[in-house]
Amino acid sequence: MNQIDTRGLSCPQPVVLVLSEIKTGNDEFEILLDSEASRENVKRLLNKNKLEFDIKEKSDHTVYHVKR
Amino acid sequence: MKNFFSTKNGIIVVGIIIGVVAVILQKLGNPPNMGLCIACFERDIAGALGLHRAGVVQYIRPEIIGILLGSFLISLFFSEFKPRGGSSSILRFFLGFFAMIGALVFLGCPWRAFLRLAGGDLNAITGLLGLVLGIFMGTVFIRNGYNLGRSISSDKKAAGWIMPTVMVFLLLILIIQFKPIFFSEKGPGAMHAPIIISLIAGLVIGGLAQRSRFCTMGSIRDIIIVKDFHLFSGVAAFAVSAFVMNLIFGQFKAGFADQPVSHDMQLWNFLGMVLSGLAFALAGGCPGRQLILSGEGDTDAGIFVFGMFTGAAFSHNFAMASSPKGIGTFGAYGTIIGIVFCLVIGFAMIQKRKVKN
Repeated sequence: MNQIDTRGLSCPQPVVLVLSEIKTGNDEFEILLDSEASRENVKRLLNKNKLEFDIKEKSDHTVYHVKR
Repeated sequence: MKNFFSTKNGIIVVGIIIGVVAVILQKLGNPPNMGLCIACFERDIAGALGLHRAGVVQYIRPEIIGILLGSFLISLFFSEFKPRGGSSSILRFFLGFFAMIGALVFLGCPWRAFLRLAGGDLNAITGLLGLVLGIFMGTVFIRNGYNLGRSISSDKKAAGWIMPTVMVFLLLILIIQFKPIFFSEKGPGAMHAPIIISLIAGLVIGGLAQRSRFCTMGSIRDIIIVKDFHLFSGVAAFAVSAFVMNLIFGQFKAGFADQPVSHDMQLWNFLGMVLSGLAFALAGGCPGRQLILSGEGDTDAGIFVFGMFTGAAFSHNFAMASSPKGIGTFGAYGTIIGIVFCLVIGFAMIQKRKVKN
C-alpha cells in the first residue's frame, strides 16, 4: 500500500501528491498529514473524487486511510 | 471542532467581510483603492523604518501588525500555532524580494488589484491577467515536481514567536511616535484611518483569514491544478463586496486615466504582476497568506515577509518602484531580472517524485 507523507510540505504539495496518487488508480493508500490546512484541503479533494476514507489520529499527525 | 470558516459559505462570509472592511478603511482615511494592500503597507513600514527614503510612502501600518497578530492569537486559541521552518528559507527570502519588486511595478498586491478593479480602475485588468499568467507558470513547475522541500517542526516555540514580537514592537514605536521613525506628511503614506480602527480591522481580518485559509494566489492556483473553486469563491466575494461598498459610498469611478496610485503603462502592469504571481505561486501563498502563516509560526513565511520588506526598500532606493507617472527608471530591469530569477528557481527545484511502495 502506498503511503503519501505530506508532513512538513507546504501548499499545494499535499494536494498535488494526493492527486497524482488518485490518478494511478490504486485501490488503497494512506496519507500522512500534519497541518490543519492540508487536512481540510485533502479532505475536500477526496470528497470531490467521491473517495471514502477513515481518519486515524496519531500523536503528532493524522492518517487518512483511503480504500475504494 | 467543526471549522465553519473553512466551509464554502464560511469563506464567502470571510471574503465579504474583508471587502467591506477594506472599503470602510479607505472611507476612514486610507489611500484610495488602497483600503488594504499588503505589499503597499509593508512598503510603507519599510519607509517608516528608514529602509527607503521615499517621503510619500512612510507609515507604520497597523493593518499589517493586526493581520499577523490576529492570525497568531487565533492559531494559539485553536492549537494551530506550530513553529516550523527550514524549507529553502533563503530562496523564500528572494521570492518575497522579487514578489515585492513586481508588486511595486504594478502598484499593489493581489488584494489591491481586486480593490482597484472594484473601484473602477481598469488598469487593474492587465495586472490581474498578468497575475493569472504568473500563477499559471508556477503551476507548470509544480505539476512537474517543483517543491521547496519539507519544513521541520520544533517542540521549542521560540522561533515562532519572532514575527509576532516584531509586530508588537512596531506597534509600540507607532503608538509612542518614536522620534527616528519617518511619517509621511503628504502622499499615500500620510493617508490613514485612525490607528485603533486599523489595528482592530487587521486583527479581525487576520483571525478570519487564518480560519478560512483565504489566499488570492491559491484561489487561482487551485482552479488551475484541481479545478477547485473553493478559495476563489472567497476571493470573488471579496471583490464583489468591495465593489458594492464603493457604489454605496460613491467611490466607484470607471476608467483608465487618472486613477489613484495607478499608472497606465499596461505592459508593465502586466509583467509586474506576472513576476509577483509567479513568485507567490513558487512560495505557496500571496502576501496576505504569508502574513497569516507567519502568525501561525511558519518561519519560512516570516522570511518571505522580510524578503518583501527588503524588496520594498531596494525598489525605492534603486528607482524600480512605479509612481502615478509610470514605471521607475529601473523598474523594467528589476521586473525582468525577477522573472528570470523565478524561472531559474522553478527549474532548479524540480524533483523527480520518488514512488514509495
